[in-house]
Amino acid sequence: MELYELTAHELRDKLANKEVTSKEITESFAKRIQEKEPDVKAFVNTTLDTAIQKAEEVDRKIASGEKLSSLAGIPIGIKDNICTKGVKTTCSSRMLENFVSPYDATVMEKINDEDLVMLGKLNMDEFAMGASTEYSYFKKTSNPWDLNKVPGGSSGGSAAAVAANMVPWALGSDTGGSVRQPASFCGVVGLKPTYGLVSRYGLVAFASSLDQIGPITKDVEDNAILLNMIAGHDEKDSTSANVEKKDYTKALVNDVKGLRIGLPKEYFGEGINPEVKEAVMKVAKKYEEMGATVEECSISVTDYALATYYILACAEASSNLGRFDGIRYGYRTENFNNLKDIYRNSRSEGFGPEVKRRIILGTYVLSSGYYDAYYKKALKVRTVVKQAFKELFKKYDVLLTPTSPTTAFDIGTRSNNPLEMYLADICTVSINIGGVPAISVPCGLDSQGMPIGFQLIGNHFDEETLYKAAYTYEQNTNFKENKPTFKK
Amino acid sequence: MAREDYEVVIGLEVHSELSTKTKIFCSCPTEFGGEPNTHCCPVCMAMPGTLPVLNEKVVEYAVKAGIATNCEIAKNSKNDRKNYFYPDLPKAYQISQFDMPLCERGHVEIETENGPKTIRITRIHIEEDAGKLNHDEYGRGSFVDLNRAGVPLIEIVSEPDMRSKEEVEAYMRKLKSILEYIEVSDCKMQEGSLRADVNVSVRKKGEIKFGTRTEMKNMNSFRSIVRAVEYEANRQIDLIEAGGEVEQTTLRWDDISGKTFPMRDKEDAQDYRYFPDPDLVAIKISDEYVENIKNNLPELPESRKKRYIEEFKLPEYDAKLITASKYLSDLFENATKVCNNPKSVSNWIMSDITRILNEKEIEPDEIPFTAEQLGNLVVLIDKGTISTSIGKKVLTEMFENAEEPSKIIEKNGWVQISDEGAIKEVVMKVLEENAQSVADYKAGKDKALGYLVGQAMKATKGKANPGMLNKMFLEELKK
Repeated sequence: MELYELTAHELRDKLANKEVTSKEITESFAKRIQEKEPDVKAFVNTTLDTAIQKAEEVDRKIASGEKLSSLAGIPIGIKDNICTKGVKTTCSSRMLENFVSPYDATVMEKINDEDLVMLGKLNMDEFAMGASTEYSYFKKTSNPWDLNKVPGGSSGGSAAAVAANMVPWALGSDTGGSVRQPASFCGVVGLKPTYGLVSRYGLVAFASSLDQIGPITKDVEDNAILLNMIAGHDEKDSTSANVEKKDYTKALVNDVKGLRIGLPKEYFGEGINPEVKEAVMKVAKKYEEMGATVEECSISVTDYALATYYILACAEASSNLGRFDGIRYGYRTENFNNLKDIYRNSRSEGFGPEVKRRIILGTYVLSSGYYDAYYKKALKVRTVVKQAFKELFKKYDVLLTPTSPTTAFDIGTRSNNPLEMYLADICTVSINIGGVPAISVPCGLDSQGMPIGFQLIGNHFDEETLYKAAYTYEQNTNFKENKPTFKK
Repeated sequence: MAREDYEVVIGLEVHSELSTKTKIFCSCPTEFGGEPNTHCCPVCMAMPGTLPVLNEKVVEYAVKAGIATNCEIAKNSKNDRKNYFYPDLPKAYQISQFDMPLCERGHVEIETENGPKTIRITRIHIEEDAGKLNHDEYGRGSFVDLNRAGVPLIEIVSEPDMRSKEEVEAYMRKLKSILEYIEVSDCKMQEGSLRADVNVSVRKKGEIKFGTRTEMKNMNSFRSIVRAVEYEANRQIDLIEAGGEVEQTTLRWDDISGKTFPMRDKEDAQDYRYFPDPDLVAIKISDEYVENIKNNLPELPESRKKRYIEEFKLPEYDAKLITASKYLSDLFENATKVCNNPKSVSNWIMSDITRILNEKEIEPDEIPFTAEQLGNLVVLIDKGTISTSIGKKVLTEMFENAEEPSKIIEKNGWVQISDEGAIKEVVMKVLEENAQSVADYKAGKDKALGYLVGQAMKATKGKANPGMLNKMFLEELKK
């Protein structure tokens, strides 16, 4: 077995037993990246030279008996909208093609404090807007299970790299499903934490009230370990919650007896692919067998979730992306005679079509005369969604749904049809609107051999129950025996 | 109709930079000046991924201002984004407050020629200042300096309650004085830390409906505000009289030509697309918080005035004038601490200092010397080291270069002659050279004494101790 096939916790144990060095691990992944990157195209930039230097440094420290984090020397991949000091952070946009952040995101500080080894920055839909990673300015990432299919998005590079064993784990960001949906398309585990659990400082904002950074991993245990690393209150983020720090690995218990699972019927209706539906119903059955209770329930307000999501997210994005004006950093047009030209042409040339579409949409819903009908109404729906979740979690510990209505689709089939692309988020957006946590766990393959994921939704700051349920499922099933085929 | 048949209606939006140590959403210093772009960080430069964190002092200062202007303090407030593009606004939105300001429905009282008048305050909200554009004089471009970006501001919006340029000035001065007294802003107009957008409209006297208003942006001296109000009101009246109509526009006042010019055209009518800033949490203010600030508010002018009358026995008029400005009031108190002669300090402030401020057209906060130096000047006069008339010359010098009075006196050789021998020598010489005046005096013309003293002063370049001169002349003339 190659080192790159192992999970992060397996690598950690080998390092602890001095079976391998960080350099050997890092080189194994570097080789794998060189081998698979031409097919998968997961990275915007790799940092393999500095990664090997960093690994050597960790090995020296270990040899000299220095006390390090148990995860020191483990490689990681980072979505390219998380600021990394000294390394380009492009958001897969022409606008930031050559942008180097002068500071590290809070999550990067935490990762660096534990001496992890960054292998590079991972591809995404431009500014995290998309569900297929086709909207990257640089390249289209392929799904390792079938290179003609999309990996999902927007954290498609992160999910594909983990699935292809190019990184042991990665960070993504999730505004409406951008961690969970690609995790589901690529057959890996992805968590969208409770809003406020992980600091957003240094995550290039798409929609501030919805964005959360989340771990994408090969298994549930790694996911809990990575969440342990990145969670926690941050003074630099006013929206980060001041809650007690937890050890999520303690929730990794193989037991769901008495767990109350709700199956919201709205997530199993029209538009959900029958194979996906069947697979998720099988998961429900499995949980029942393992001792949980499963009951159908309803959260009808989620019918409005997609519309609400696109109003709120685009409104915030239209304002958040204003700073990309060609004045201080990022792309500046060469074609200008006055200030207005700089703004107009830099933004016209620097942003891709989906980003422009959302800026225009967002500007529209905030405009005077339309604000009340769209933005204000959407805020009201958000309150109702939150309330609906609150009510449901009085009765259930978790909710079980598909992560995505379909499995991965063919590259090029939706990128020119924005509305169809938006439907890929239908199962995930209401979770961001509600601010609650959710995890996507692989549960099988469809008839074309593409992974299917199920989603567990939890109560505010109750990631532990999600992990417990996901871990128990994983321990009692064998999805891991399926391997990506890199089908051409 | 004549101009006199019209009434001018004025409302003000006053922006005041708060004197917190750090900026409103990051920990950069708020200090004025500094090399361009040295007082900034990733947050106030709006680097991608950065987030604002509200400086709690800003809320405290704004609440102070609200209390001091009799406002109601909101229990629930929030920050909103005001979106527009300009190179001095790095995020392309200003974090401000839209529909839930911290303070609302206040008022202040001003003095007018018809007695006291209440000016209502609509609201006070907090927001961040923008950076500055420095336009290259050779036309090579404009340079962005973000040192000021993120400096906290309060915007104090008045109702359109003012009816003359005098009322506008009185209101501005009142606000300035209040903000200085509660120590939330240094209100240095020349540094832009107090500036106003002035809304002017006119209507025929007796008319109930307001006329169409124009807004003059960023006025930062009392003189220009007063001139601009007068000019703009007359312009509007003349326009209406000529059959025209006032257009609602934003104007720029040009101090050199003394005229207003349109700043933006209609095409640029802005829709700021205000919405709650999702990066910041709601502001909650408890009754205890407000109560606590209320109880710890610094002494306000009214109370100081009363104290000056009772404790220092100042005439009411003097006490009122001195306390109208915190700088003058502090100057008075601190100089008095040094010399223990409140009456004399008050006289200096009321006469010579006020005169020189007027001559120089500067504000009290621009006085270069310290209160201690003024106190020392009074001590030197009280000790007889110099005469009051030399004191006036020393004070004039102190306005030029803020040196210790003793140094100025020494440098100019202005020490008063109080040596009996030296005085006697001068007196004898003057008597000898002015036999006619001596004769006049002895013939009963008392005025001749004054002439003789004057001659002696002239001979000593004003340095002779006038009391001793007088005494000695009288003695000699009796002989």
